[in-house]
Amino acid sequence: MSTPKNENAIKKNGRIVIVGASLAGLRAAEALRNEGFTGHLTIIGDEPHDPYDRPPLSKQVQKGWVRADHTKLPRLREINAEWKLGVAATSLDRAKRVVRLANGEQIGGDRLLIATGVRARQWPNREEAALKGVFTLRTCDDAAHLQAALAANPRRVLVIGAGFIGSEVASVCRTLGLKVTVAERAAAPLAGALGNVIGAIAAEMQRDAGVDLRTGVSVSALEGDAKGHVRRAHLSDGSTLDIDVVLASLGSIRNVEWLDGSGLAAGFWGVACDAGCRAFDIHGVVTDHIFVAGDVARSPHVLYEYQFLSTEFWGNAVLGAQIAAHNMVCAETDRRPYLLVPSNWSGQFGVNIKTIGVPAFGDELIFTQGSPKHRRFAAAYGRRGRIVGAVTFDHGKWLQFYKAQIMRSGPFPPLQAEFDLPADMRVIPADFPARGVPTAAPDVVLTGHDPSERVAEYRPRTARAEIRKAATAANKEQKKQWRVAS
Amino acid sequence: MRIVVDLNRCLGYAQCVPLAPKTIKLSGEEALEYDPNPDDSQRQQVLRAAASCPVQAIIVDHLDAGPEVQREHSEKRKRH
Repeated sequence: MSTPKNENAIKKNGRIVIVGASLAGLRAAEALRNEGFTGHLTIIGDEPHDPYDRPPLSKQVQKGWVRADHTKLPRLREINAEWKLGVAATSLDRAKRVVRLANGEQIGGDRLLIATGVRARQWPNREEAALKGVFTLRTCDDAAHLQAALAANPRRVLVIGAGFIGSEVASVCRTLGLKVTVAERAAAPLAGALGNVIGAIAAEMQRDAGVDLRTGVSVSALEGDAKGHVRRAHLSDGSTLDIDVVLASLGSIRNVEWLDGSGLAAGFWGVACDAGCRAFDIHGVVTDHIFVAGDVARSPHVLYEYQFLSTEFWGNAVLGAQIAAHNMVCAETDRRPYLLVPSNWSGQFGVNIKTIGVPAFGDELIFTQGSPKHRRFAAAYGRRGRIVGAVTFDHGKWLQFYKAQIMRSGPFPPLQAEFDLPADMRVIPADFPARGVPTAAPDVVLTGHDPSERVAEYRPRTARAEIRKAATAANKEQKKQWRVAS
Repeated sequence: MRIVVDLNRCLGYAQCVPLAPKTIKLSGEEALEYDPNPDDSQRQQVLRAAASCPVQAIIVDHLDAGPEVQREHSEKRKRH
């Protein structure tokens, strides 16, 4: 049993290990020192770089304005840590409280923070993925390679997957005057995050900017020349494209493999933890000394039926780091809950898109302010008569108005601002694609109540395909009903 | 120097843009873009831009900001 004395001892001269040296890892280290932790701090990161900020990598870096290695994060204070950069953690021994590293080192500690984040999902065909000119975008090295390719005046760029990253890069391509095709399996860009109604507006934005947007198609093959450089893409509708650059923006994969065998509840959607950032084991029993923060964390949320929420947002890394750090060294009675209202932004095609809450948890939508036609509006998402999320296009000043309603689970349709009301204020289906289209997976997602995700983890491939087929059929049926209803 | 703008917090007032035009720009009407590691010659402009933000969304490196700014920041934090 931990006693106040133990906590004080850890605060004074304990050993804390942070695995992950990006935004969450750095901010957690700073927060620990702010909490008065004076013991030994080790930060482990698989990338060789000092902690850097990722959002600029798909925008100002690709434009060629900011160098890819010039997004280093500001430091909020001295942290006096031992850095182990460029070396990955490979396993965790919970009994011995030891993290093993790829170089054979073992780092012991009284407390562990898991902040290993996610990595880009690679183009699934390995030979094609290895062609020159085929990129993903997650790290600053990725960003440097893609930027160099865009600056070399390619004949055409192909962006596979129209989530936020893919759409932002397509936007940059147009700014640079490059020809760009976007291929998206769903019916519209951003459909997974925002649904097809808002997606249709995003699609118009892309087409007006001169993007060759193809929806409802997938890329079936990439073809290289004799020198192994990608030159042609084959699409599922039988068409072909001559291209010199491909960005596979297919979403992300959580970095949990190093936890195999640790007995922690780690899986497809990340590492499950309680609302105080403490990791669960595979039986759903909470651990006392292991904490989770950032993209890799997944914790139950009071606003969303206590489902585990998985959030790949900047603000999630910052707040999660603070809460985890506090709870790592505080007395049991002082623990704080992690009560994030997820929020995100994306600059693309000259429009600032911001979200709050979990739009994808909703099934209905209402435009509440502004003009969808002029791409300057606010819209709210609802589920069973409650507001669960909102999105704004160049209307960010109003986001707090909706946040306040989301935080108290206010009614849907929501309270009106009584200002700048849109012409059409009917409640309509938000029209989210069926789950299972990989390129349409939202960045913030509710992942059910099972801490160990055993169902999701051990489902064989064939079964998954069948489930996807069933889900698509169910989605079609639902749409039919909506059409009848309206 | 190193900065980051908390774009969740940023509401697009854009008062920072004319104060540090080489470091902070608008893309369209509301989307802010900035140079996260501007040259040290931009320090005065960037510090002024950060101070001008009504929602204090511009976070300046505490370590390379110099003792004066550090003191100011820690006082601000206490107030919040």
